[in-house]
Amino acid sequence: MSAFTATAAVLPRTSRIRLRPGLILAGLFVAVVVAAALVPQLLAPHDPLAIGAEGAFLPSGGGHLLGTDESGRDVLSRMVYGARPSLVMGLGATAIAVTGGTLLGLAAGLGSRLTESLIMRLIDVVLSVPELLLALVVITLAGAGSTNAMFAVAFASIPSYARIVRAQTHIVRRSTFVEAATGLGIRRSTVIWRHVLPNAIRPVLVLSTIGVGTAISAGAALSFLGLGAEPPAAEWGDMLSNGLQYISNDWFLVAVPSVAITLTVLSITVLGRELRRRSEGRST
Amino acid sequence: MTARGAMAARLAGHPTAVAVAKRIGVRLIAGVGVLWGAATLSFIALHVTAGDAALSTVAGQGANPTKELLDQVRRDFGLDQPLYRQYLDYLGRLLHGDLGQSYQQRIAVSRAITEQLGQTVQLAVSAAAVAVLLAIGAAVLTARRRPWRSIASGVELTLSATPTFVIGIVLLIVFSFTLKVLPVSGNDGPRALILPMLTLALPIGAVLAQVLRSELEEVLEQPFILTARSRGMRDTVVRVRHALRHALVQIVTMSGFVVGGLLGGAVITETLFVRQGVGQLMLSAVTTKDIPMVLGLVVFAAFVYVVVNLLVDITYTLIDPRLVTR
Repeated sequence: MSAFTATAAVLPRTSRIRLRPGLILAGLFVAVVVAAALVPQLLAPHDPLAIGAEGAFLPSGGGHLLGTDESGRDVLSRMVYGARPSLVMGLGATAIAVTGGTLLGLAAGLGSRLTESLIMRLIDVVLSVPELLLALVVITLAGAGSTNAMFAVAFASIPSYARIVRAQTHIVRRSTFVEAATGLGIRRSTVIWRHVLPNAIRPVLVLSTIGVGTAISAGAALSFLGLGAEPPAAEWGDMLSNGLQYISNDWFLVAVPSVAITLTVLSITVLGRELRRRSEGRST
Repeated sequence: MTARGAMAARLAGHPTAVAVAKRIGVRLIAGVGVLWGAATLSFIALHVTAGDAALSTVAGQGANPTKELLDQVRRDFGLDQPLYRQYLDYLGRLLHGDLGQSYQQRIAVSRAITEQLGQTVQLAVSAAAVAVLLAIGAAVLTARRRPWRSIASGVELTLSATPTFVIGIVLLIVFSFTLKVLPVSGNDGPRALILPMLTLALPIGAVLAQVLRSELEEVLEQPFILTARSRGMRDTVVRVRHALRHALVQIVTMSGFVVGGLLGGAVITETLFVRQGVGQLMLSAVTTKDIPMVLGLVVFAAFVYVVVNLLVDITYTLIDPRLVTR
């Protein structure tokens, strides 16, 4: 903690809170998405699965602000309800990946030479395959579906988190405060838990904010390929691949989930980048 | 080179031929190691799932398999051999470029890949070229030039955060359905290539442009740029001839990212535009649970990645002698 305040004193510019309009918009949008994920029934005008009596492919206006889809379901309501699976995918996959990455990274950074090189070579191997292909392998072996898709996305991003944690562990374990704690005779597990882990994990937590956006995007890609959520559910990637069949008549059906996914990922990325910038102590 | 010559060369910062060869050799071994690891993991995955491999081959044909038939299939795939034997056979076949047999299509995985590879290479190489050109153009034109810099970096941020399929869909809506100037799907002709190529190129180009610009801005602050300017050199010439040359090294560093983006993006792009190619092959193998095909494609992807990285490393060693002496 003291290191942090010292940096802030040297660089007073970073401690000044500077909010750009883009940042405010991103924050507002994320707030709306979170609200939609928590209480969709308050924001959605209709049941997302109810087949409306007014008919299919209605244009926007009237009782349906964004029109209806091929089965006469309200597009706006489906968009609102789609926020929850996307956020669950993003947060869930990132949590799994960060946990797995941290454990592997700590084991590599603190373990014996042999453990370390085994883990790091394994990571090199896994990193030689593009993330989407790795996720596809997991789905081939485990089967499709939204839970498996979440694990697939998580598995694919474990190696990059593990690398960061291991590098950070190496820095922290050579630092004087760890040496001091060890010198005081504090048990190794306590040193790891109280001193090494909190300091090694900080950069990963910052990066994982951006990771949530990437995971939402990857999850939507899997749904788009027909390997994620099951069709009737209101899910953005699935709405998209479904709407694609009718794109020549009514491209609005595809545009709505596209905009929702893009703005969500973009807003989270903007917030994550700002967080990273501040934690690095640079203001440009 | 004599010992004294070698010492002099090292002192002067020039690597000896031996040092260069050693560095390349180390990288080569590391690359082979990664491939061996990928092959081993792939073998383990194959073996764990092999229990139903024989069954799924026969069941795929809708028959009720007899024991003789299953044994026959097991022998065909070599599943009756001891494990180490199967592993060594597997590695041996890989060395010959044999990636195994597809359960579903009943043909060699390597043949299926070579049949589809041309289309994907065409798409990926053209997309990579477009991405690099766009990135260079955007970076050279906007580095340290307000307000263009912020506009361009906003566009790049948006493009890099937008999922590939969304970019493709937007292009489809604009150029195929509204303006009706480009075909919606298919493999025939250069016109059908334009939209998939852009879909694949834009997100990659956006990330490259961001990296290239920040590198370019750093180079533009160097004293030798000031020297060039003080000789009366025009701004454009300074940017292109002096600054860009240094910044381009950064693009070479990003080749791993580019290859990953192209291979992953090809699956999405080929699906969206209904194009034939390795990406389609991968997706259909995943949906039909054709495990040897999926793993064969993954080993192939790892091979491409390792070869590209090795080439990058060798190029680096040749352009930047500091890397060897360091």
